[in-house]
Amino acid sequence: MSSGLYNLHKADFDKTLDLKKLKPYGDTMNDGKVQMSFTLPVKDDEKGIEAARQYARKMGIDEPNVAHHMPLDKEFTFYVVYGSCVHTIDYDDIHVLTVESDVMSMEEVNEYIKEHFGRKLTFIGASTGTDAHTVGIDAIMNRKGFAGHYGLERFEMIEAINMGSQVLNEEFIAKAVEVNADVLLVSQTVTQKDVHIQNLTEMIELLEAEGLRDRFIVICGGPRITHELAKELGYDAGFGPGKFAEDCASFAITEMVKRGMGK
Amino acid sequence: MANKLNLDLSLVEQARKSAAKVADDVQGFIDLHTTVTVERAVCRLLGIDNVNDVDVPLPNVVVDHLVEKGILGGGVSFYVGNAMVETGLTPQEIAEKVSTGELDLSKLPVHNAEEIRDAVMAVAVATTERIKGNVAKRNEYLAQYGDKEGPYLYVIVATGNIYEDVTQAVAAAKQGADIIAVIRTTGQSLLDYVPYGATTEGFGGTYATQENFRIMRAALDEVCEEEKRYIRLCNYCSGLCMPEIAAMGALERLDVMLNDALYGILFRDINMQRTIVDQYFSRVINSYAGVIINTGEDNYLTTADAVEEAHTVLASQFLNEAFALKAGLREEQQGLGHAFEISPDVENGFLMELAQAEMAREIFPKAPLKYMPPTKFMTGNVFRGHVQDALFNMVTITTGQKLHLLGMLTEAIHTPFMSDRALAIENAQYIFRTMKDFGSEIEFKQGGFIQTRAQTVLAKAADLLKQIEKLGLFGTLEKGIFADIKRGKDAGKGLSGVVTKNDVYFNPFVDLMKGGVCL
Repeated sequence: MSSGLYNLHKADFDKTLDLKKLKPYGDTMNDGKVQMSFTLPVKDDEKGIEAARQYARKMGIDEPNVAHHMPLDKEFTFYVVYGSCVHTIDYDDIHVLTVESDVMSMEEVNEYIKEHFGRKLTFIGASTGTDAHTVGIDAIMNRKGFAGHYGLERFEMIEAINMGSQVLNEEFIAKAVEVNADVLLVSQTVTQKDVHIQNLTEMIELLEAEGLRDRFIVICGGPRITHELAKELGYDAGFGPGKFAEDCASFAITEMVKRGMGK
Repeated sequence: MANKLNLDLSLVEQARKSAAKVADDVQGFIDLHTTVTVERAVCRLLGIDNVNDVDVPLPNVVVDHLVEKGILGGGVSFYVGNAMVETGLTPQEIAEKVSTGELDLSKLPVHNAEEIRDAVMAVAVATTERIKGNVAKRNEYLAQYGDKEGPYLYVIVATGNIYEDVTQAVAAAKQGADIIAVIRTTGQSLLDYVPYGATTEGFGGTYATQENFRIMRAALDEVCEEEKRYIRLCNYCSGLCMPEIAAMGALERLDVMLNDALYGILFRDINMQRTIVDQYFSRVINSYAGVIINTGEDNYLTTADAVEEAHTVLASQFLNEAFALKAGLREEQQGLGHAFEISPDVENGFLMELAQAEMAREIFPKAPLKYMPPTKFMTGNVFRGHVQDALFNMVTITTGQKLHLLGMLTEAIHTPFMSDRALAIENAQYIFRTMKDFGSEIEFKQGGFIQTRAQTVLAKAADLLKQIEKLGLFGTLEKGIFADIKRGKDAGKGLSGVVTKNDVYFNPFVDLMKGGVCL
């Protein structure tokens, strides 16, 4: 096995950063170094190691180094592989859809609502479908919030209703109408076999079928939600990991004003 | 008990007394009631199985029939027993005839109570003999291979497909796992029936069915014999079918079962009256079958703060202990739960975790404590995650936790890959080996941070239990004291399935099982 430690051979590639040909960085510009690990359903032997090496090569890894291999079962082996990736991408040509709103603090959100609406806004949230996980919706809504960011229940100008988990889409919409909600927050944690996509799609279809889609700002969130995905599914915005109550609230209220839903 | 934390033993005693009073109080309510799933569990234990032509399980058919006729308060044993005397058929045959409409249990002539009891008892005793055989089989394995000293490595499989689960479980067992839990499909806890047969489609887990239990047990027995080690199988009694799943577990020799009404009330919004009655019978069955139960206190900390709300975990452990003893569950079967869920940002958080775990160990010396890994503060940074799991492993080996649910470095990302599980086992085995006697080598500084933390948590828990003693269990849950979640006495799912027993009611299995077999 070739160890990088004593590698004296000259790095004969261009070491200037070129954003048009972006590559991973290990310890030298453009070295393309990546680490990866995977399991192959084969025996742990020389042939398995070679299979891992060839597989890495097919992924565009030049000189793959199978740094570690260990059997998980008779016919399953785990590999840790390092190498240089040959592929490049054009960084300048990347366009990402992100939520475009300035994030306000809790106090600023309250002030903004007072100024533009002159009433409390109602946010209703739930983990919908069969999803039993409330960690996401709790982080956004519960008073305590998450990681030092207060939840919506603490926002003076927001009436926050957390319906918890396993709420049916129909039930959720019925409640939203009943309390005359302004903003709907849909959380999806379980993503196995893309069950979240199916469920999120159904929610929008139901809203549209009942002619209610334009009445609310509808936002979804969860570990595998991106803004782009959310837009594609017909939501106004999507928030992934690392977003907090103030991100949701800031987007929702500025969007409402944009749409002339203010006073 | 060991007293490295210099705990005030009179406070421990006081807390225990408060919890016992709460349990006594609730037991009065339990004794007067039965539920649809308690009666379906009786059906299952009387040998009623299979589904009808529209896939409704026959236990549901029979119980729904009694509900429809307004006679569930008399209980399945009475009406099925009466039909046995009248027709000479087996409970299964009776159920089939109820399903086709050939038999109306409310219209049969009523036989003498003693005759009915005798007919039912004969079948019930045969079932308990079968379960006794399962217990004996487990004990045989344990006698032959010995039981593992130190923590049991507990891993989860959750592919949705029982056959894929078997592949993963067998691999995990060979890598060193001692307990395999098959996570249920999301939403099963809210089904008021147990699905039937082998299943291959589930989300975030696999349906708990008796056939799935059997398939996994058989696969693990094979590994046991190959590896010369007993591998325990775990599933979930919690939800709307607690006693039915306990019965299935007893029939298929499950070894560990999640069993906690408080968890169902708080996290699944199951009605408290319903589930507390369900819990009692399910624990009676678990106790007889030698099952170690797991309680769900660890979950409180996923919604409430682990630093500020630590005392609610301890208070709940006292309550769960009291309820378990009421159902005849021995201390050695009480896998009381807690978790390593303090934020990595908290200074001395590790010391607090150590204090809490050592405290639980000392207060419940015989209980095989269930310790859950970090989840709430696991992120996509798998490298830090592996370190968080390592700290968690250290607490377990230092304080003698028993059911050690392995933390996965990819906790925040996906259900575990086969390799994630292998890395977790490697991590734990390394730490358990290299730190084996660390716990018995160290003492805690008198009046230091760790002792003080444990003493504070105990004092707060004892105080809280005093309050709960006054409020009663239902009142406490209505106030949102556990997990920051409030639940109404008449709210939640499943209340309509609770009925008051009438004077013909009897449940042969409570009589036969409570306080019986196990070890």
